[in-house]
Amino acid sequence: MSDATITETDDAVEIPHGYDDGQDHIGLPHHTSTGLSNTKLAMWLFLGSECLLFGGLISTYMLYRNRQADQLGPDQLWDIPFTSATSFVLLMSSLTMVMAVSNAKRKDEQRTKLWLTVTALLGALFLAGQVYEFTVFYREGLGYTTSLFSSSFYTLTGFHGVHVAVGIVMLLSLVAMLAKGKLVGDKHETVEMIGLYWHFVDVVWIVIFTLVYLIPA
Amino acid sequence: MAIIERPTDTPALAGSGAAVVTPSSSYGYFRRPVHTTGWKSWAFTVDHKKIGIMYGVVAMIFFFVGGFEALLIRAQLAQADGTILSADKYNQMFTMHATTMVFLFVMPMAAAFANYMMPLQIGARDVAFPRLNALSLWLFVFGGIFINTSWILGGAADGGWFMYAPNSSVPFSPTNGVDFWVLGLLITGVASQVGAINLIVTALNMRAPGMNLMRMPIFTWMALVVQFLLLFAIPVITVALFLLMFQRNFGATFFSVEAGADPLLWQHLFWLFGHPEVYILVLPAFGIISEVLPTFSRKPLFGYPFVVFSGAAIGFVGFGVWAHHMFAAGLGPISVAVFSVATMAIAVPTGVKIINWTLTMWGGKLWFTTAMLFAVGLIVQFTIGGLSGVTHAVAPSDTQQTDTYYIVAHFHYVIFGGAVLGLFSGIYYWWPKVFGKMLSERWGRWNFWFMIIGMNLTFGPMHILGLQGQPRRMYVWTEARAGEGFFDLAFWNLVSSIGSVVLAIGALFFIINVWVSRKNPPCPADPWDARSLEWITTNPPKEHNFDRIPTVHTLDEFFHRKYEDVGEGDQHDYKQVATGQEVIELEEKYAEAHIHLPSPSYWPLVLALSFPVLAYGVIYSTLLIVAGAAIAVLALFGWALEPPTADDSDFDPPPPGDDEPSKELAVSV
Amino acid sequence: MSSDTTTDTTTDPAATADSGDAHDGPVAPAEHEQRHKEPTDRQYIFIALFLAVLTAIEIAATEVGPDGPLLIVSLVVLMVVKFLFVILFFMHLRFDSRLFSLVFYIGLVFAIVLYGVMLATFHFFVS
Repeated sequence: MSDATITETDDAVEIPHGYDDGQDHIGLPHHTSTGLSNTKLAMWLFLGSECLLFGGLISTYMLYRNRQADQLGPDQLWDIPFTSATSFVLLMSSLTMVMAVSNAKRKDEQRTKLWLTVTALLGALFLAGQVYEFTVFYREGLGYTTSLFSSSFYTLTGFHGVHVAVGIVMLLSLVAMLAKGKLVGDKHETVEMIGLYWHFVDVVWIVIFTLVYLIPA
Repeated sequence: MAIIERPTDTPALAGSGAAVVTPSSSYGYFRRPVHTTGWKSWAFTVDHKKIGIMYGVVAMIFFFVGGFEALLIRAQLAQADGTILSADKYNQMFTMHATTMVFLFVMPMAAAFANYMMPLQIGARDVAFPRLNALSLWLFVFGGIFINTSWILGGAADGGWFMYAPNSSVPFSPTNGVDFWVLGLLITGVASQVGAINLIVTALNMRAPGMNLMRMPIFTWMALVVQFLLLFAIPVITVALFLLMFQRNFGATFFSVEAGADPLLWQHLFWLFGHPEVYILVLPAFGIISEVLPTFSRKPLFGYPFVVFSGAAIGFVGFGVWAHHMFAAGLGPISVAVFSVATMAIAVPTGVKIINWTLTMWGGKLWFTTAMLFAVGLIVQFTIGGLSGVTHAVAPSDTQQTDTYYIVAHFHYVIFGGAVLGLFSGIYYWWPKVFGKMLSERWGRWNFWFMIIGMNLTFGPMHILGLQGQPRRMYVWTEARAGEGFFDLAFWNLVSSIGSVVLAIGALFFIINVWVSRKNPPCPADPWDARSLEWITTNPPKEHNFDRIPTVHTLDEFFHRKYEDVGEGDQHDYKQVATGQEVIELEEKYAEAHIHLPSPSYWPLVLALSFPVLAYGVIYSTLLIVAGAAIAVLALFGWALEPPTADDSDFDPPPPGDDEPSKELAVSV
Repeated sequence: MSSDTTTDTTTDPAATADSGDAHDGPVAPAEHEQRHKEPTDRQYIFIALFLAVLTAIEIAATEVGPDGPLLIVSLVVLMVVKFLFVILFFMHLRFDSRLFSLVFYIGLVFAIVLYGVMLATFHFFVS
């Protein structure tokens, strides 16, 4: 792993390690060996590991997708138009998230909070769609333990749904903390970090939508 | 993370009678802890050194728990028709022995070293996320206790540490033991995952000026590789554990053959984690002896770049060989052949390390301290274990060996002879650094020799037992099957059991050593004439580690500050220009006036506490799930809202004549 | 600020400048983190619409598109394109430090390869 190349500082010796302003400078980009922020690096590491979590759940589903109880498989159950709509909603929430980060960078707190809230709402709409979809499946006979296909499907989409829910909580908490002035440090960076999480959750759905809903059994 | 600027040139004001002020709070209620002494200063600490010590102490306790479980197993197998353990108890015993040793001893002990040493070795004052560090510790402690409460709550897990499904599902393992195992490992898994992210960011982002990656001490390098292994392996076992939990608790049929499931799914998921796991176990020990051997050979590590890259290679390739644990599972010839070849490949980078260690010692001025004895012991014992490992890689011969004691011999030679000996080497090496005094060399020798003789008496005969056909996980053997002559299994089982007692005595000698050494005088500043950066601190280090963050010019920075190369051309001739004490004093002379330290916090402990509550809830009562979730949410919000910088009101008022608050942490209320 | 006084420059190791090495230390984040110019808000909207269109194409393909392996391949390709666009643009990976790309792609590649091999042992990819 190579070090990022960096410009030599003027005074090679005089690296300030303390500041008189009482502020927390640790972990901010200008204070780290790589010039990258601690939290952003941490989030990317976490997302790298999440690939293996969802990979395991997706492979389990792919292995068991054809082990269904009679007449209760994708062909009978999927409502592609509906799921396309919820997928579109989640996709758009990624766009609104980008807008939020963009505004945070410009230090426009009002707009940032607005876009974060819209993102959370779109996420909640997606989840509502999921819940509705699952109740329909359940009424049609697809319970959690009905078959291997059903267990794997609900586990995979359930894990994804929990990730979305956690994301919504984080987004709304962020809005509240911004509103109350409780967010210290680099606000743009915090919004960006939550944005990374949110986009990842969207990207996992992109994979699930294709592999689970679109690819024929 | 809070920053307290602590002037180093003013006397400590704590207890001086200055007015006590109230620290800042979350929610208007919970005042953050400020204790600097007493048990609370340990419970709420975020200092990596205290956390490292706690990891080590708790891990050592579990070492003896797991060791006791092993002694019971060997007592049962010491003679024919043993009656010490019933079949059911025996299953629980070997399951918990392995689980305890792997997850509650070796991994946390390695974490102890990584936590304590990594920031010191890279010239940092703490890790990147100190509160997250505390969370990892407490999750480990509570997770470990949680699993072990199963002993008194209906029986411990009994499916083997690899917990093959569907044997681990409810029809075959009806007690709650497996549930405790699953949930406990989920808890400790979070600890490792979070710790991995923390330490990777620390190693990449918090190095002292001048320390590029190829000047990083080798232990930190190996610890870094291990964190990447954890980062990518833990999610896989997380999936497996959840699937098993859903099967056992919610009726899912992921591993039920009659429902059309494939039991091999469990095996793949488990071993996809399980094989990187064994490198997670051994690489820290490799890192430790890569520090110890150069110090006590008075020579630099031979081929540092090769040791670094082979460590990374072992980690990387280690992800690709998992199915060698499944050679007899019916994978088919193509899969078996592929994994067989891959497994042989992984012997190469390990061999590189053995060569580099040996060549480090070659021509050096060897000083056989206890730490050095353990390090050399690792090279010898691990090589033996590695050789039997190579025989497993050959799939046809593994078909005979698998599920016999030959495998048990292999992994004990590499785990005990590798990981454990390495960890003990580190304990003896870094004891003066951590505790400021030396362990007795005399007791150290008793410790070492009894352990070496004990381990060889215990695990050596297992090669014979295995090749003669004694299967694993059999709670009893009979005279009729024991054979005779050189291959009399009765004889070798007895030898092995006696060996386990010798080993146990050796472990006891360690405890005795700790006890008799507790009143030793303070050790010198540089007791081993060491080489790396962590020794440019006092023994033990001050709370802020370095008075001044050192600027690093080379690998083995400390060594090169003490010794100057006066040789000509290619010849190296080192002349001592300063003692270790002088190097440290020079740093003290240029101490920084304003030093940042993170503040203690309740929230990691509270959040960690919510996990076992949740876990008990999954087994017993939904109410507890709700309670656990509530505590978790409360703790998460408390954590997020906790001021990262302690407010001015957290500090004592300024002494007369100074216009700034003293910035000394307020004494506890 | 460091209270370094420079009376002892000959023996103080910190005073010896370390030249000629990639010197790790604080850097200006702007030069360091950005590799290319970031997209504007309008461009992000375009990308989002592009992704929506791709999704529509995917859905249409299942209705009126080819059958069998060809369909699967097309769907997977479209999925990968969408995946990459979100990762590279929405998540900024294209414009940020290569270290982020490295750690993420290692995880991604591990997941694809390891689980792919696992599924292969289950004969998942043979009809």
